[in-house]
Amino acid sequence: MSVADQAPRFASPVDQRMWSERIPAPWWILGLILLLLPIVANNFWLFQIMGWTFILGMIGLSLMFLAGYGGMVSLLQMSIAGLAGYMVAILGPSGAANVSLGLSWWIVLPAAFLIAALFATMCGALAVRTDGIYTIMITLAIAAAFFYFTRQNYSIFNGYSGFNLVLPPKLFGVNWRDPLPFYYLSLACAALCYGAVVYLARSPFGLALQGVRDNPRRMAALGFNVTAHRVAAYALASVFASTGGILLVWQNAQIAPGTIGISSAIDVLVVAVVGGMRRPLGPFIGAFIYVLLQVFSTDILGFFGFSADRFKLIIGIGFLAIVLFSPDGVLGLWDRWRARMAARKAATTGGGA
Amino acid sequence: MNAPVVSSRMNVPGAGNASSGNALELRGITKMFGALAAISDVTLSVKPGERRAVLGSNGAGKTTLFNCITGDFLPTAGLVRFFGEDVTVFPPHERIRRGLRRTYQISSLFTGLSVMDNVYLACCGVSRNRFSLVRPRPDDALVQAAEILVEAVHLTADKDRLVGELAYGQQRQLEVALALSGAPRFVLFDEPAAGLSPTERAELVTILTSLPAHIGFIIIEHDMDVALRVADSVTMMHNGRIFKEGRSDEIESDPEVQELYLGGGHAHH
Repeated sequence: MSVADQAPRFASPVDQRMWSERIPAPWWILGLILLLLPIVANNFWLFQIMGWTFILGMIGLSLMFLAGYGGMVSLLQMSIAGLAGYMVAILGPSGAANVSLGLSWWIVLPAAFLIAALFATMCGALAVRTDGIYTIMITLAIAAAFFYFTRQNYSIFNGYSGFNLVLPPKLFGVNWRDPLPFYYLSLACAALCYGAVVYLARSPFGLALQGVRDNPRRMAALGFNVTAHRVAAYALASVFASTGGILLVWQNAQIAPGTIGISSAIDVLVVAVVGGMRRPLGPFIGAFIYVLLQVFSTDILGFFGFSADRFKLIIGIGFLAIVLFSPDGVLGLWDRWRARMAARKAATTGGGA
Repeated sequence: MNAPVVSSRMNVPGAGNASSGNALELRGITKMFGALAAISDVTLSVKPGERRAVLGSNGAGKTTLFNCITGDFLPTAGLVRFFGEDVTVFPPHERIRRGLRRTYQISSLFTGLSVMDNVYLACCGVSRNRFSLVRPRPDDALVQAAEILVEAVHLTADKDRLVGELAYGQQRQLEVALALSGAPRFVLFDEPAAGLSPTERAELVTILTSLPAHIGFIIIEHDMDVALRVADSVTMMHNGRIFKEGRSDEIESDPEVQELYLGGGHAHH
């Protein structure tokens, strides 16, 4: 993998066009569709399918940032999201009044982001000294430890039952858990996170992170502290995961150890791989496919006479197919299809190579 | 793998005095790979602004010596001082931030980035901007510094091309540009002329000889012509040891050197 896979080829570190001119037409169309979707879509689609897609996409995006740009495959991102979600439940109001502190949102939210970032930094400091399969193993171990800890600890994490009735604050008099406001809230957060990753990829930090992925030794010889850069990437990625985690708690109105179990941690990896790990859009596409499969698996499986809880079978087969046929995920398929179309067009018009 | 053990300062002769006025000072540097000594007991000092050529056949230990100076390897024994400061156990990036630079024998560039981006990254590495989350503006000081460096190695016309698309000679020139980012005080050039055409060699010699006088360097070079034109002094290495040192003209006419290097044994180029 080289830096070119991610970095669009700009004339220089600086692109001089207006920001609006730099966004290609398909993006405007996609944005318009997403903005106007509530006109045609029902509440189930807005809240369950799209809301969940954006949330899962943001958590997957944090993995994409680490793995695609930094070359670090972390299975921790669901735990980080879960910790932020847990912090909202623990510090803010919830149904478990004996455990929750009931602080107001403007303390709870920054604290949740901060605690999750601290956790991510500490775990990152452990994980970045390893490579490849060992990074996966160490982050999986931490994720498993955190899962069992939340299940057994009652004084902070309220053990097996977790927290229910965790509701978003009624800011501006809006009930943000209503389908329409929640759709726009999660859409806005997802768009912000996506934009942040795209922007950061071309900042000195992001460029250097891709340099560290491709040639750490050379980066050290240019004056970069490779270890510090990798740890900082974990801290930064935690912001995207935390945003997803907090929205997840609000959407479900509850959080319990099951939310952050090993299978959820692996689901994040599946989402990122299926969508494509090389570009920030990948995890959102992967999340959309995952959510559709999960929600409609009852019907699909019922059609073939299987029980509905076999939906992981479909996901698993899909994952295998993607890994076998398109290592860059669905986006990779799309790229290849476009390249083939372009080649065909060039051939028919008699154009050069 | 045996852990590198850096000998205590006490065992090294002359380690007590603080600043000796040298840009680079090596004392008793030894690097073992298992039982094999890649370099043994190399003691060398280079003054600020001095240009030194290191000559020797393949396997003489020249690149290993560079790796010990930059910290890519920790020496098994010995002491490295950079402008009076003991940097023997410093990680590479700490040495780079103190003004040490190097190029690589085999081009080690970011082939998927443009020429400008490569040089810009190098400029970020030695500035406080390296963790910046803000994209640079066109008038950013580091962007401008990068433009100047690209100009200095004659790559302005190709500055927006991907490095992977550049001709080999241009990649070598870019290597040199990366090594001159920020405020270099001392540069290690590892065979910068390898594989270059005669015209490109001449261009490289111009770039090296027109470096500001305060920037000293060590150059590993098989091409005696290039080496003797850019260097004031020469260190000959053989089998991991220093074999001879002297002014360029002395070395050129030394019969022993003629025998070993210029005579039958030089199959390089």
